[in-house]
Amino acid sequence: MNFIEALWAHEFLRVALAAGLLAALASGIIGTLVVVKRITFMAGGIAHTVLGGMGVAHWLGGSPLIGASVAAVLAALLVGWISRRGGEREDMLIGALWAVGMSVGIVAIAHTPGYSTDLMSYLLGNLLMVSHEQVTAMAWLVGLMLLAVFVFWRPLVATTFDEEFARLRGLPTLAIELGLLVTVALAVVMLVQAVGLVLVMALLTLPAATALLLSGSIGWVMLLAATIAAGEIVLGLGVAFETNTPAGAVIVLCSAVVYLLALTGQRMRRHRVPVA
Amino acid sequence: MTGTASALVFDHVDFSFGERPVLSDVSLQVAHGEFLALIGPNGGGKSTLVKLSLGLLKPDRGEVRVLGLTPAQARPRLGYVPQFATFRRDFPLSVHETVLHGRLGRSAWWRPLTPQDHEAATQAMAATDVQDLAPRPIASLSGGQLQRVLIARALATEPELLLLDEPTAHVDTRAEHDLFGLLARLRERMAIVMVSHDVGLVSRHVDRIACLNLTLTCHTAMPLAPGVLENLYGMPVRLIDHGDRAALEGVL
Repeated sequence: MNFIEALWAHEFLRVALAAGLLAALASGIIGTLVVVKRITFMAGGIAHTVLGGMGVAHWLGGSPLIGASVAAVLAALLVGWISRRGGEREDMLIGALWAVGMSVGIVAIAHTPGYSTDLMSYLLGNLLMVSHEQVTAMAWLVGLMLLAVFVFWRPLVATTFDEEFARLRGLPTLAIELGLLVTVALAVVMLVQAVGLVLVMALLTLPAATALLLSGSIGWVMLLAATIAAGEIVLGLGVAFETNTPAGAVIVLCSAVVYLLALTGQRMRRHRVPVA
Repeated sequence: MTGTASALVFDHVDFSFGERPVLSDVSLQVAHGEFLALIGPNGGGKSTLVKLSLGLLKPDRGEVRVLGLTPAQARPRLGYVPQFATFRRDFPLSVHETVLHGRLGRSAWWRPLTPQDHEAATQAMAATDVQDLAPRPIASLSGGQLQRVLIARALATEPELLLLDEPTAHVDTRAEHDLFGLLARLRERMAIVMVSHDVGLVSRHVDRIACLNLTLTCHTAMPLAPGVLENLYGMPVRLIDHGDRAALEGVL
């Protein structure tokens, strides 16, 4: 049975596809902002702190989703504060937060009696195991994110582009930047559930980087990045299904290949144009 | 307009970064419609004076008034052109979108752009001669073109006071001449304060030069008297005149 036939036959594949497409939409919008604002490392720090929140929530017997959300928002505010202070050790502090968050998660999970979930599923994700409820929650979150980006479009783009000028024009840039980081954090929580930490990092960077090679207008870059991510996720799911390989890792490798192809194409085009 | 209040007033202002004093007892008045150049050695406090005018820094002592208000209150009516682009050159934004950012703060941020906003942006791009570049991504511009786009963004705010921090530091002589031509046309509508290092060129275009090195000395008479620059920079300085006497007579 090939992937297309299997899609008709198996509901879990359709749910996985829906989750993948929602993840693509989130990665197109949030990933573009992360890449143009050069905050990939911050997003990585936040993403890995999420694991700490999940572990502690498990250990306390609470909902891992709430634990992850609380940890994500706290990490986003902490990272935002570190970055505003602008100390020379900014990258060190975020790297440390990254490692500490993850270690807290691993220690908490190790000490949780009867806790048996495979840690690998948080790292590489289990798109094929996503539930109906998770997809519904993802759809709500993506909808809210789209609405927020639409409503705040002008101040958001102006602040992301040139914070000092936006501040001089009277925009509350601190609130906008922290709001962006919190949105990134919540997107990460949503994506980690579905696709795992490794794929989150890939989705927040590679599709947007590819789209940036193709367009010079931020709105188009977002649309292109979402489309590219969607294509990569469908392709990756298909290849993973046909070859019985972990879906998350295949999607990451697909994204990397597409980015390299786009980069090569751009370089070749540039070389062909004669320098006048 | 603000009636008789000056465009910019510094009243016995002190400012220091930690232990290091940067400005000491600086007093300055810039009238509406005046074009003032601010010169002085690096680290003499020129950029600090601009940042105090914008309210990005607060004086340790003394008072700064802009258009009769505090700097923070006056911000919507200020235009500012930074010394270095404070953004990434590869940001995916067109020239037109960049200039429209100047309209932020004219009305509440959640309001959609009005025809007046687009009209102001179009006029600003026409004034700085970048309307042909409007759809281009800013990543594709030369240094001089980007400088004119940044000035267009500042003009789109329809400012009553335009502050420029070394706008000619990264452009060639030709672009520099064009810039002074542009500023000469703008000065009928607004007061202009420009930080510059090219004393020879500014002295032929501005109403007044303020020399800043911790303290301030103003010189209304153009050209500068011999010895003034030597005292300021602490070393022999030669004025290089780029010719173009007509421009001198036209402005002064």
